[in-house]
Amino acid sequence: MLFLNDTRFRAVFYQFVAISLVLLAGWAMYSTASANLEKQDIATGFGFLSRQAGFEISETAIAFQSTDSVGRAILVGVANTVKVSFLAVLFGTVIGLFVGIGRLSTNPLLSRLMLAYVEVLRNVPLLLYLLLWYSLIILVFPPVKQAIQFLPGFFLSNSGLAVPALQWQSGFYALLGAVAIGMAAALGAHSIARRRRIASGRGGSGWALATTLFLLPVVAVWASGQLSINWEVPELGRFRLTGGLHIRPEFVALLVGLALNLSASVAEIVRGGIQAVNRGQWEAAMALGLPRSLALRLVVLPQALRVIVPPLTNNYLSVFKNSSLAIAIGYPDLVMVSNTVMNQTGQAIETIAIFMGVYLGLSVLISVFMNWYNARVALKER
Amino acid sequence: MADAQALPATPEKLVRPPRRSRWREAYFGTPGNAFVTLVSGAVILLLAKLAIGWLFLDAVFDGSSDACKQSSGACWPFLAGKLRYMLFGFYPFEEQWRPLAALLLFVGSCAVSMIPRLWGRGLLFCWILVILPLLYVLMAGGVFGLTPVPTSKWGGLPLSFMLSFVGLAFALPLGIGLALARASDLPAIRVLGIGFIEVVRGVPLISILFMAAVMLPLFMPDGVTIDKLLRAQVAIILFASAYIAEVVRGGLQDVPKGQFEAGRSLGLHYWQVMFKIVLPQALKKVIPALVGLFIAFFQDTTLVTIIGLLDFLDTVRTALRDPEWQGIAVLEGYLFAAAVYFLFSAVMGAYSRFLERHFNTSYR
Repeated sequence: MLFLNDTRFRAVFYQFVAISLVLLAGWAMYSTASANLEKQDIATGFGFLSRQAGFEISETAIAFQSTDSVGRAILVGVANTVKVSFLAVLFGTVIGLFVGIGRLSTNPLLSRLMLAYVEVLRNVPLLLYLLLWYSLIILVFPPVKQAIQFLPGFFLSNSGLAVPALQWQSGFYALLGAVAIGMAAALGAHSIARRRRIASGRGGSGWALATTLFLLPVVAVWASGQLSINWEVPELGRFRLTGGLHIRPEFVALLVGLALNLSASVAEIVRGGIQAVNRGQWEAAMALGLPRSLALRLVVLPQALRVIVPPLTNNYLSVFKNSSLAIAIGYPDLVMVSNTVMNQTGQAIETIAIFMGVYLGLSVLISVFMNWYNARVALKER
Repeated sequence: MADAQALPATPEKLVRPPRRSRWREAYFGTPGNAFVTLVSGAVILLLAKLAIGWLFLDAVFDGSSDACKQSSGACWPFLAGKLRYMLFGFYPFEEQWRPLAALLLFVGSCAVSMIPRLWGRGLLFCWILVILPLLYVLMAGGVFGLTPVPTSKWGGLPLSFMLSFVGLAFALPLGIGLALARASDLPAIRVLGIGFIEVVRGVPLISILFMAAVMLPLFMPDGVTIDKLLRAQVAIILFASAYIAEVVRGGLQDVPKGQFEAGRSLGLHYWQVMFKIVLPQALKKVIPALVGLFIAFFQDTTLVTIIGLLDFLDTVRTALRDPEWQGIAVLEGYLFAAAVYFLFSAVMGAYSRFLERHFNTSYR
């Protein structure tokens, strides 16, 4: 009894009990799991990753065929997840920014329209929207046999959009280099012009010079005749489209669903951020003669960013996690590929461990990046 | 004359422009504003025209699926014919008054419990001792001459509500415990708390549901099987508890440390300080945020359809695949489901905003 009244002893005791309980539970799970697996003749370990996959993946961000390894199939899943989340974040942020600003419009009609947009998106589950967009695409567009050719080489059907694909014969790296050089030169010119403008108050933004500097190397490469590009135009066969770049309905439905879902959250965050900026900032900007749009862009938004970035991070992370709903409409993201692997190899524990590990790792990466950005836009105390 | 030009001394004397001119200012103040008004108005009119045309003018009100196939509008016979299946799933047809009664009892009790003045120990005991047992008896049967209905037959809207409500009810104490663990002075407890919270928040819900559906049976000793519904429920509870823990942590951080120290210096034990002094203040601050989380969990329960449970979204999807209606009523089914989810989420959202004003403690 004496021991239990000692706070220091109790602290150690509680921690000891907690850790032992966790270890005990872990050990119990491990031993039953290994006994069960042995009984079902399932091998443990990650050896299955180097086995031949033996299944096709309908959409591959990196090259893949069924003779490749299971590990590479999972890698394709990761690439697909990253691809769709990245694009959804891009589109969702831009749409959300405009909707959020529209919410604050002095025009009652526009602000209410934007409110309705946000409410309709936020109060209905994302999964329902994904299924809805997907079935709408399937319903509205004709089957492949009657694909609409709205531009030469552009086919629209319920198996997606087929567009001509670029094929580089030669000169790809020369063009890439030219673009890089041009971009560096343009950025340099812009920053010099900016510094001079801040120092002297004279001179334009130098955008004409910057554009010229950017275009010059590109035009030079093109004029040298080194460049040779082919367009691979899709062709309508009897049952399917062959060739070209194929954008699938699963991808479009997932992208649209994720981007719209994010845009509603971003709109609310942007609105909150702008409203958090002191009214005096608006009034001071107006007093200086700035029109409302310039006041927003130059004075209010930069200050609002400080409030906006932390919740934005959480929303970007949830887009990334929500992309796992892809499995419901058949877009081969990490979870769906893992599910296929699980069904084929029976390695449930290892496969789930892999995809949970990938999600955790990428989540940490995204939050590190966003924390870095947040530190950049945070208030610099002098 | 000077008098007439002097500024009014008090705001009451300010001359407000007449109502009509204010209206004109708001909608057509500048050319740009007029343009925005015209475009927004056009969009609203177009949407209204589409909606009215689809819902009423082109709609089929009675007839078979063939009539719906011909028409471009909404197919009301589908909703009428499939409504009971969509709401209650495979629950035995003659017994469907029971889930309906349970649903009404649940919604009614929730509506009454939303009044802050009624909150207290009495309401809590009323839920635990009367309402929840009654709901369970209605759904499961087996006593009072009610036919037993196994959980594998449960489905539709009652299941969606159950998953989210029971999930929150169990996740709340667990989440509070996790938040306390995370704020604890004992390093081992803190590390365990942080580890659990961050891992669960770092992975998608679907992966935790997969764990419950596929992995958990492997961890069970021979012969022990856990009901599929229960496994999904446990997954949702664990998932929700990590998010609740983070919200509660925000509330705990808002309570000044002096409150804790004052309690300790009065000789109160750690648990007494937490339960009687710190948590009441912290939880009051985060109630609106918790309601917000509840909306999110209610929407997230739709994910159980991926592991094959018959929640509301799943029964709607199954109804759409009925051979008689296949490919005819897709939009109708999904929009009906969307309307139901919208209704409940919007009501809860409005309630959350009301609570925020009521406590006058806007979260964050």
